[in-house]
Amino acid sequence: MKMNNNYDVIIIGAGSVGVPVALFLAENDFDVLVIEKKASPGQGQNKKAIGGIRATHSDKAKISISQESIEVFSTWQEKFGDDIEWETNGYSFPAYTVEHEKMLKELLEIQQNFGLNITWVSKEEYLEIAPGISSDGLRGSTYSPEDGSASPYLSLNAFYFKSKEYGADYVFDEQVISIKKQSNFLVESDKKSYEAPIVINAAGNNARKIGKMVDLDIPVQPDSHEGGITDGVQRFFYPMIVDLRAGPGSKNYYFYQKENGQIVFCITPEPPIEGTDSRATSVFLPQVSKRMIDLYPRLKNLKVRRTWRGQYPATPDGFPILGETRSKGFILGVGMCGQGFMLGPGVGKLLTRLLTNKLSVDDKENLDSLSLYRNFGGEEKFK
Amino acid sequence: MNRIKNHPILEETQAAKVPFYWNDKKMFAKKGEMLASALIANGIKIFGHHAKDDSPQGIFCANGQCAQCTVIANGRPIKSCMTPVEKNMMVEPCEGLPELPNIDVKPEFKEISEIETEVLIIGAGPAGLSAGLELAKNDTSIIIADDKMDIGGKLVLQTHKFFGSTKDCYAGTRGINIAKKLVADIADFSSVKIWNNSVVLYIFSDKKVGILRDGEYCLVKPKIVLNAAGAREKMLPFPGNTLPGVYGAGAFQTLVNRDLVKSSEKVFIIGGGNVGLIAGYHALQANMKVVGLAEALEKCGGYKVHHDKLVRFGVPIYTSHTVISASGEEHLESVTIAEVNKDFQPIGGTEKTIKCDTLLIAVGLDPIKEFEQEAAKAGMAYFSTGDAKEIAEASSAMFDGKVTGIKVAKKLGKTEKEIPAEWSEKAEILKSPPGKTYSHYSEIQKEEGVFPVFHCLEEIPCNPCISVCPFNSIKINSDSILGLPSFEGKCIACGKCLTVCPGLAITLVDFRKGDEKPVVSIPFEFPKYKVEKGDKVTVVDIDGIQLKKVKVVKVQEREKQTKIIQVKATKDIAKKIAGIQIQDPKVCKPLAETLLPKISDDTIVCRCERVTAKEIRDWIKKGVTDMNQLKQLTRAGMGACGAKTCENIILRMYKEEGYDLDDITRNTRRPLFIEVPLGDFAEDKSKKE
Repeated sequence: MKMNNNYDVIIIGAGSVGVPVALFLAENDFDVLVIEKKASPGQGQNKKAIGGIRATHSDKAKISISQESIEVFSTWQEKFGDDIEWETNGYSFPAYTVEHEKMLKELLEIQQNFGLNITWVSKEEYLEIAPGISSDGLRGSTYSPEDGSASPYLSLNAFYFKSKEYGADYVFDEQVISIKKQSNFLVESDKKSYEAPIVINAAGNNARKIGKMVDLDIPVQPDSHEGGITDGVQRFFYPMIVDLRAGPGSKNYYFYQKENGQIVFCITPEPPIEGTDSRATSVFLPQVSKRMIDLYPRLKNLKVRRTWRGQYPATPDGFPILGETRSKGFILGVGMCGQGFMLGPGVGKLLTRLLTNKLSVDDKENLDSLSLYRNFGGEEKFK
Repeated sequence: MNRIKNHPILEETQAAKVPFYWNDKKMFAKKGEMLASALIANGIKIFGHHAKDDSPQGIFCANGQCAQCTVIANGRPIKSCMTPVEKNMMVEPCEGLPELPNIDVKPEFKEISEIETEVLIIGAGPAGLSAGLELAKNDTSIIIADDKMDIGGKLVLQTHKFFGSTKDCYAGTRGINIAKKLVADIADFSSVKIWNNSVVLYIFSDKKVGILRDGEYCLVKPKIVLNAAGAREKMLPFPGNTLPGVYGAGAFQTLVNRDLVKSSEKVFIIGGGNVGLIAGYHALQANMKVVGLAEALEKCGGYKVHHDKLVRFGVPIYTSHTVISASGEEHLESVTIAEVNKDFQPIGGTEKTIKCDTLLIAVGLDPIKEFEQEAAKAGMAYFSTGDAKEIAEASSAMFDGKVTGIKVAKKLGKTEKEIPAEWSEKAEILKSPPGKTYSHYSEIQKEEGVFPVFHCLEEIPCNPCISVCPFNSIKINSDSILGLPSFEGKCIACGKCLTVCPGLAITLVDFRKGDEKPVVSIPFEFPKYKVEKGDKVTVVDIDGIQLKKVKVVKVQEREKQTKIIQVKATKDIAKKIAGIQIQDPKVCKPLAETLLPKISDDTIVCRCERVTAKEIRDWIKKGVTDMNQLKQLTRAGMGACGAKTCENIILRMYKEEGYDLDDITRNTRRPLFIEVPLGDFAEDKSKKE
């Protein structure tokens, strides 16, 4: 720790975004401090993520950020030795309705135009990819074999320890209570105060609260999702399976089988449940079990080991909010809408280029489209 | 077959034989029996091998909490300790990750039923049933949910007679019979629903409690949650601690006293509290050898009468000793113990290796708190009682259950009754740990007539002997039931005090037929050791020291389950005789060669995910103080049991590394308390097949 508490950059939040941002800034010789209110890194929503990582989004900015993330995840072990359980197990969106088939095929064209490896597989082909999945009404599926998965907490811990090697400082169990703009930002926690010319808001669920400290209204509203993990069994399928259909009280749900045989799953409630209550509800397990077994009858004998509830820090249009603000030096890495883990390293790289004045033309376009000052009227088709 | 025949207390049930197959070999179970017990009864103790390191897996908790007894039954991976054997079930070991059977047909789905009740009592043991009885008397609608098939909690495993007060908690009655009485009393009330085979899976934030009842998932909406779930056994870290054959005293009692499975030939016990001492006695009753008991303290913490019983029968008790390691290829073959110094560190050169096939860990209990913690998080009213509130004897749990039942009734406005002030004093007495130990008997000088001798030198809450004497000749020389008994007045040698004493610590000395060789009557509960008139038996004093070989003059079947053996002995030893030795000291002798401990870094701390002490210690040394982060880095606590076994051990490791436990962030608790198949939450089982 530095004695005078003066830093180049202060990052608020040691989660999916804050830690990789600290990593790449520290790697580029910035003096970085990360302030986290919990006891260790990744104890907010990062550990609630199920670990899926894909580039197959519907818009250019998220696609390019994710491609950069995948580069980081997929080469990490080779570069640094830590096993973060990265695997290119692919993503699939099986279609069981005409509308979904049409929507997915339209999107597929856009995605292919961005150079993504995504194809349409027939019903028969898909039944080989996911043996035993319900063939009732199955019309085929998208399949993007280069998407993948990694362990959110092993990745985040690897980024954390590496960032400390590069010189990043962290304080835990400290909550930011005010930010004052003088010549620099004066960031006060419930224990100490710190100073830096640049502050990065990576506060996840608390992004809006932190924004208010510098008079910014950041439209991030957390909504809750519940997820779970099963016992390990021999592997019988690889890709993430996303069922886009709606059910009673829910929209889509998705799951995949990890290398150790455990299946991780998560469902999107409808209507959304706003707020940050993370206690388990009695609704989740019957709801998700019924839907998963209906899709994949084989799952009925699989034991649920643990469940949890976490939040998507959501924005009105479903896209993240990144980059500079009218409060000069106050930078945003917020509103990840449940994709903070997969976008984190890409965001870290992008914000590092922003602070080192190395933005490309594409970067600038991407930041414009994700700016706080954009029109939030659009909608992400593929949340 | 490894079945217990001729148990002195338990009668073998005449259940039908059910055939099943283990690796295509035909075997037989008893109808309704759990698969794990049936396998052990058929000599199968290794149920598979772990996916991570191929280590052998066998029974551990016998309680559905872990998954170490997983086998493949009819193609499905299941916990064998919780799954009843079905006719012609095809069972195989679970080698590595099990394969999930493919299923083409979608099941029928169901809506989850919701049931309202005023009070949900979790656990139908001594505390839960006693509380339920008070609530029922106050016209309260209650559901008592218990995860076992048999109601009564740990009472159904207790073949010994209970201590405590005759009036308040059935002292002098065997635990198994107390359970029957409590169930009979409560069954009269229509407002009571007793749910057996009902596992509480979680208490959700919407104030609903998820229960898997006979495999059907439902939600219960109580006004008040009463946690009477009892306690969980602590585990010890040492090399070899996960070998099949190493488990808790509770699991052992389940196999032996519930299912009458002869799980072992030679048992060694770690821990000299009441749980360990009683388990030793249960093992002897089941005709197993108890080759030793080690206790780290200078003195066993359990009741002296329990301790004395074991010593008299010939069980060596190693005080100031701890376990160094357990050894064996696929199953436990021996244990190595060593003497410890004042700081509980093993003293080099004092190691002994003792052959055994079962190592029981009985080093204390932790209250099961998760139910009330989740009820609190959900904002529900809750109470706790029995061991779930405070670890004590079952007699105390029953009394506390009664008091708590009234408290809950008051909270619901069902009664105005005040709880008598003297009850709390009584509760304190029943909770009392053993008090003062006297070194000398209150000497009876006379050498004429007939009188009882009390081999009872330690103050404990117990009084059946005074209540059973037809002439009120036995008194406790104290205001409370903690005092020692003494005799004054008339005795007709009826023997009632002998058979009622839970400690089997009373003998009768009868000078009426001769002054030189009086007849000594000794209570005895071991039918396997046939003792008949004319036999010579070795009698021992209170400390198990051999006195002499003496002749049996009569064997009386005074009570169905307790015999009285009468021997003739010279008057110099007659009053000292406290029991008959039944176990040959040779079986307990340490091996000539000591197996020295492996490096403790190898010790498995998290048995579900096979995480070693070294993996954990390395991160602790790097400064990881959040147990959540530690779990993420090592997977310790991510397994089937949900850190129920390793959390204490990890906290101990933090202490060893010099941390103040206040600086350690604890694991977050999450649903479910016990793993269950996804299908249980969705499938309508009535429409199966």
